[in-house]
Order: sequence, then C-alpha cells, then structure tokens
Amino acid sequence: MNKITKIIFALAPLSLILMYLYPIWSISLEAPQYPEGLGMYINISSMEGHKPNDIHSVNGLNHYIGMKIIEPDSIVELKLMPYIILFMILTGLGIVFLNNRKLILVWIVLFLIVAVIGMYDFYMWGYDYGHNLDPHAIIKIPGMYYQPPLIGSKQLLNFTAHSYPYIGGFAAVFSIVISGFSFVFDKYILKNQRTKNE
Amino acid sequence: MKKNLLLYSIAALIVAMAILITACPSSKKDGVDANAASKVYVAPGQYDEFYAFFSGGFSGQMSVYGLPSGRLFRVIPVFSVDAEKGYGFSEESKAMLNTSHGFVPWDDAHHPEYSMKGGMPDGRWIFINGNNTPRIARIDLTTFTTKEIIEIPNSGGNHSSAFGTENCEYVMAGTRFSVPIPNEDVSIEDYKQKFKGALSFIKVDPNNGKMDIAFQILMPGFDYDLSRAGKAKSHGWSFFSMYNTEQANSMLEINASQNDKDFIAAVNWKKAEEYIAQGKFKEFTSNYVHNYYDENTHTAISEKKNKVKVLIPGECPGLVYFMPSPKSPHGCDVDPTGEFIVGGGKLATVIPVFSFDKMTKAIADKKFDKEIDGIPVLNYQSVIAGEVEKPGLGPLHTEFDGNGFAYTSMFVSSEIVKWSLKDFKVVDRIPTYYSIGHLMIPGGNTVKPYGKYMVALNKITKDRYLPTGPELCQSAQLIDISGDKMKLLLDFPTIGEPHYGLAFPASLIKDKQVQYYKMENNKNPHKTVKEADTKVVREGSTVHIYMTTIRSHFKPDNIEGIKVGDEVYFHVTNLEQDWDIPHGFAVLGNNSSELLILPGETSTIKWIPKETGIYPFYCTDFCSALHQEMSGYVRVSPANSSTKLTWNK
Repeated sequence: MNKITKIIFALAPLSLILMYLYPIWSISLEAPQYPEGLGMYINISSMEGHKPNDIHSVNGLNHYIGMKIIEPDSIVELKLMPYIILFMILTGLGIVFLNNRKLILVWIVLFLIVAVIGMYDFYMWGYDYGHNLDPHAIIKIPGMYYQPPLIGSKQLLNFTAHSYPYIGGFAAVFSIVISGFSFVFDKYILKNQRTKNE
Repeated sequence: MKKNLLLYSIAALIVAMAILITACPSSKKDGVDANAASKVYVAPGQYDEFYAFFSGGFSGQMSVYGLPSGRLFRVIPVFSVDAEKGYGFSEESKAMLNTSHGFVPWDDAHHPEYSMKGGMPDGRWIFINGNNTPRIARIDLTTFTTKEIIEIPNSGGNHSSAFGTENCEYVMAGTRFSVPIPNEDVSIEDYKQKFKGALSFIKVDPNNGKMDIAFQILMPGFDYDLSRAGKAKSHGWSFFSMYNTEQANSMLEINASQNDKDFIAAVNWKKAEEYIAQGKFKEFTSNYVHNYYDENTHTAISEKKNKVKVLIPGECPGLVYFMPSPKSPHGCDVDPTGEFIVGGGKLATVIPVFSFDKMTKAIADKKFDKEIDGIPVLNYQSVIAGEVEKPGLGPLHTEFDGNGFAYTSMFVSSEIVKWSLKDFKVVDRIPTYYSIGHLMIPGGNTVKPYGKYMVALNKITKDRYLPTGPELCQSAQLIDISGDKMKLLLDFPTIGEPHYGLAFPASLIKDKQVQYYKMENNKNPHKTVKEADTKVVREGSTVHIYMTTIRSHFKPDNIEGIKVGDEVYFHVTNLEQDWDIPHGFAVLGNNSSELLILPGETSTIKWIPKETGIYPFYCTDFCSALHQEMSGYVRVSPANSSTKLTWNK
C-alpha cells in the first residue's frame, strides 16, 4: 500500500469518530400547532429530543394513535452500536499498519454488512412502532399506519414526518465512500502510474 | 359712515368667531396622523416592537400590551385575587396576599417600575405599589407572575411608589396619608402634633430580587405624592413631591390648596446609608408581612416582621432638604442627564424646573429660607433653573425623549405639551381624550430614552368608544413623537385605571421566557411525578388527593369514600412538559375558584362537600382534541358511612 493510500484510507475509520460526537439520524415532525417543530435525534448510544422534552411530547401525541411509548433506555441496539463502531475504527486503523490492500476490501464488506443490518433493524423498529398499535387507541383509522419513512418525508395524519441522516450518519457514508475510493485509488490509479514509470 | 363701521365691525367679528371655532380642538380626529393606520399595523403573526406594562389601578393588577398595536397580551394578577388563574384561591398562592391585617384580596395598583442597571431597564423585574394597604410587589419578567409582596409599615396610602434607583439599589415608597407613628388611637384633630409621614427605602437583592425594608425617614405630616430617583450626576439622591403642607385633616381639596408653594424633598440616600452604618437610627416596632414565592415549590410563604430602622431628619443633618414648588406638585421627574428636576404643580400656572447643580450649590452656601422639623427649606430662586410659562392647566407628570425635549401631561386642559430643556419654551401641544393623568415614553424615565412613541394614560373616555352603560372604559392613546409635531396614532382601552406605564424593546425579554416548569425541579411537597404514584390519603376528616393531568385525562378519575364535611385537598400536578399546555381543574359546587396548572407545576384547591351525591370534575382549559373527555367523578357519602376510600390509577 502506498503512503497516500494509507492516509486516504485512515480517514475512513477516523471519520467514524464523528458518530460519537453528533447524532446519526434525525426524525422531525411538523404540524400547524407545532410551529417550533418537534423531533428526535438518534445518537450512537441514546435518543434525545431536538428540544429537551420532545420525546415526552412525541410520546404524548403517540398515545392518541396507540403507538408504544419510546423508551430509549430499552433499545438494545443503542447499547451495542458504540462497540460495533469502535470495532470498525480499531480494525480500520489496524489495516493502515498491516499494509494489506485486500484487508481494505474485507473492511469495506464488513462495514457494508453492518450498515445494511443497521438500516434493516432501523426499518423494522419503525415498522413495529408504526404498525403494532394498541387496539384501544383513541384515534383509529382503518388501514392507517404510522411508520416513519426510512429516508425522506411522509404525511402521517396532521404531521409531516421527515427522516434523514445527520452529521454522524453522513460521517458513516463518507467513511464507506472514502474507504472504497482508497481501494480503487491504490489498485488502479497507482498501478497505472507504476506501469507507466516502468 | 357710522353705520358702515358698525357693519364692518359685525362682519369682522363673525369672521373672527368662525376662525376661532374652527381652530378650537372640537373635532374627534384632532391631531391624528394621516398615516396612523399603517404606523400601528402589526401584521398577523408579526411581533410588536415594544412590551408595555400598565398598572390596573383599582383592579389591583398589571396589564401587558404590545406597542404600537395596542394589543392586550396578559393581565398579571398582583394585588387582587384572580379566579381565572386560581390566584389567591389555590393553597399555594393564598399567602401572597397576606398582610398584618390578614388576607387582603384587593388593592389599588398605581405605578410600575422596572429594575435598572446603569439607568436602563435590565428586563429582570417590575415593581408596583399597592396604594390602599401599603405594599410593593415584584413581578418576574421570565414568568410574568408576581413573585413577592412586601408590606410597608408606618404608612397610610403607598402612593409615591414604586420608583427605583438607577442600579436597582432601592425601590422607594412614600406615604400619601400621614398617620400617627406608631399608629395609635388619637383624635384626628391632633393631626399637626401627632401625624407623621414615612419615606421608605426598600433594598433589592441583586441576585434574586428579594426585597427588605432598609430604612425609613420620619418626615413631617404632609401628603407624599410621587417620587423619582436621581440619575447620572444626581445618582445617590431621591426626590419626593408633596402636598398638604398646610397639614389639613379635613376637606383637603380646599384646605390643602392654600399654600402658594409646597415642596419637593431631596433625600440624600447615600448619606442615609452612612447614618445607618453609624447606627444613628431608631428601631421602631410595627407589624408588617413579607410574602414571597419559593421557585421550586411554587408556593408562597409569609414571614411576619416587626422591626424597622428609622432615621429622624432633625438628628441627621444633610439627609433631607425641601425645595419649594408651586401649588401641590404631583410629578417630580428627573431628566436623562440627572440635572433637571421637573415639578408638576396640579394648581400651578408654570412648570418649575429645578437644577441639581444649583441645588448642591445652594446647600453648600446654606441658602435656606427656614427649617421645618430640622429640614432646611432651600431658597426657591437659588434652586430654580427656569419656569415653563403658560404650559396649560394642571401640569401633572413629565417624561423625556432623550433629544432635549420634555413632555408634560395637563390634566385640566386635557393635553400634552412638548417643551425644550434648553430654553424651557413650549414648542408643541396635542389634545388628549380626555383628562390625561400620567404619560409614558418607552424608557422615558431612563438615562437614554428609546423615544419614538408616547402613551397618554387617560382618566375619562366619554364619547371615544361604543358606550357600555354607566361605566365606560379608561384608555391609552399612542402618539408618534418621532417628528417635530406630535401626532396621534391610536386609541385603545385599558383594564382598570391605567395610572402609569412602562415600555421597553421586546428584544430585552422576548427570548428569556420560561416555557414550562421542569418536572425535575418541582419540589412541591404534594407533587406527583408519575401516574403510578397517584393516591388518595385520609388523615381523620382531611383527605389529600394526589392527582395528575396529561392530555387528555386525570389520574385518578374515579374517587369514592369521600364523606360530607371532609376537608378535601386536590393536589393536581400537570405532567406536561410542553409550552402552552396548561390544564384546568374544577369540581362542581366548590366555594372557590378553578385551578390553572401550568406544565410541571403542582397546585392545590380545597373543597368541603356539603351534601351526598356524585360530583363531576373536569379540565377547564381546552387542552386537546379529547378535552371534553377529560373529566371524572367523586362520590360523596354520608359522614357516618362506611364507604371505602378507593380510586383508580
């Protein structure tokens, strides 16, 4: 592995540190009577409101449609995620020192598996919250489910729900892209140069 | 020829009359700015530029308006009970209205004053006086609620109050009615010998605003009317106007209007602090009560006090001087530089303007005409800077625009006159509708007025609004003072009688508002933090119901086992943690008010059921789509019944 490749690839595990500092995902809700907005951040090990009591308020609203109470402390994924990402950071930095290009590919594949499982898990979490409704709910609309969009915006009764990655999430995307680029850079671009030089 | 002369004379007379009639301020639209509508229009969803606070007079409350729109935002209960908010009815708020005479559910609020730093409002508190049972209240500007009320002892009508010093060192009070000090059973005929007036200086804790009476000054038995603290160069001095220096005790309207000049007292409060430090005070015994809200329990606490430090001017040279001021002065207002003190003699034909520099020089040169009870009376000519000639009739109160002009309200001629502080000449005048008392310019009592607008606070409205039976509204009028000519922009009605007002830019406090009380800070002993903890506890014939509210239900909402004659306390905690979601609570037949419980707050209302039966209770503040469903029942059984105490969680 070339020195430049190492520097480029090192950015991949290092950028994951941002996931500890900033929210990974943001779900926000808009409605006429909430001009100030309402929403939640999903952090690496916790969930928090955009404003201090937003989760409390969202739970208050959800009880009308029979959704379960969101209790961040009981979400297992939030307990595992810090270790999974830590593992990715340490193995990534290890690869920099091991000097083996093929390991980059292994790391990328591993990370993609983690990411896909993570997104699937997030989707299922949203599906469960949106579909598993209390049969005694105050407001029942046949055929209406309240699953927030995985990515994008969706109208849920009087609320518009927006779900998008946040800084931590973008850092993860960046990490995958830059690691992929470092692999391609090392394998093809540098190889071409080496061939030319010969 | 003679006949022609007569005809010409008559014609000239008719023309003159016509000119005179058209020139008379008879039109209801006199002085109205042609673009008034656009100048006061605040589009839907937009904010006003200024917060304005008007005293509610005999309503005992304070109202909050926006300027320039004149829209009413809120009425803050201060000295009077307010069933709408449970103020004075809930167990937590009752103590706020305690006095040495017991619970007093009403007062007459006159003059608000904001806390200041460096002579400018700092947006922390507003103080306001209770005139009838002498008190001063402190209102917090992050919650718009009354946080403290202190009673003023040795006082009989707390009128020259609440005026503050430029760094909120003191809030001042002066007695309008002199009384025997200490109060005792004497003949009213002994007024001159036995009646005294007290000026009070109330210390304000710079950290939490808590008030404490630092000292009182025992003055001759006159009627102390208004006051103002010095500012900038005159900081350290305070000025108190007074009437009835005749010391009449009956038919004051005639008997207290005989002297050609009454006084404005100049009090050197820095000197007073020295005398207090030297121990040159007497300790008087007089009962008074100090009430304040505990921030965490949201509960008012009453503290009885009975000692006050009193300074006697005759024993404290240099403490007080009298400046003669024409005919029963009302206002004694200090200009932004602190140099001029403007007297407003209700019956005077001129507006006297006193000079602070001349006053200090006259004191140094001992230019005294006489002494009253050991207080030197300064020579009028030695302290006067000038007189505003022919200002109008009944000058009352003056404020300043910061551009070298003063504005004085004229009660009798029902107008405002604008005059120059350079040459004391009148430059403009505008009619008011009708009988203006105080006027107010945003920051008009500070070292740097915000100017732009002026508000006339009127006593009489007569034909200005749609009539409403015998009692008509009182009103405020908004006047544009940004140009050379004053221009009327807007009339708007006020609550009670707006004696005086204040205004400052909205940006000063807009973003500091408390949105809800944090549940984790709720230290009310009767709080319930989650539905699982709700309960009903019987202690003999007293029953405590620990209840919660959240959209859209009460827990518990079915209670059985209450008996006729029980003393039932509903301790209701609002579990919401969201702005603008209060819940109400009211139970049928209760001889009390509702509760209005703000998010994160616990409030308690007492109920003594008198007959058996089922009593519904419900939420009174439309909280959600299922507000109508937010209700419950209490079963009341006979006093000797064996119905078990039960409730549902």
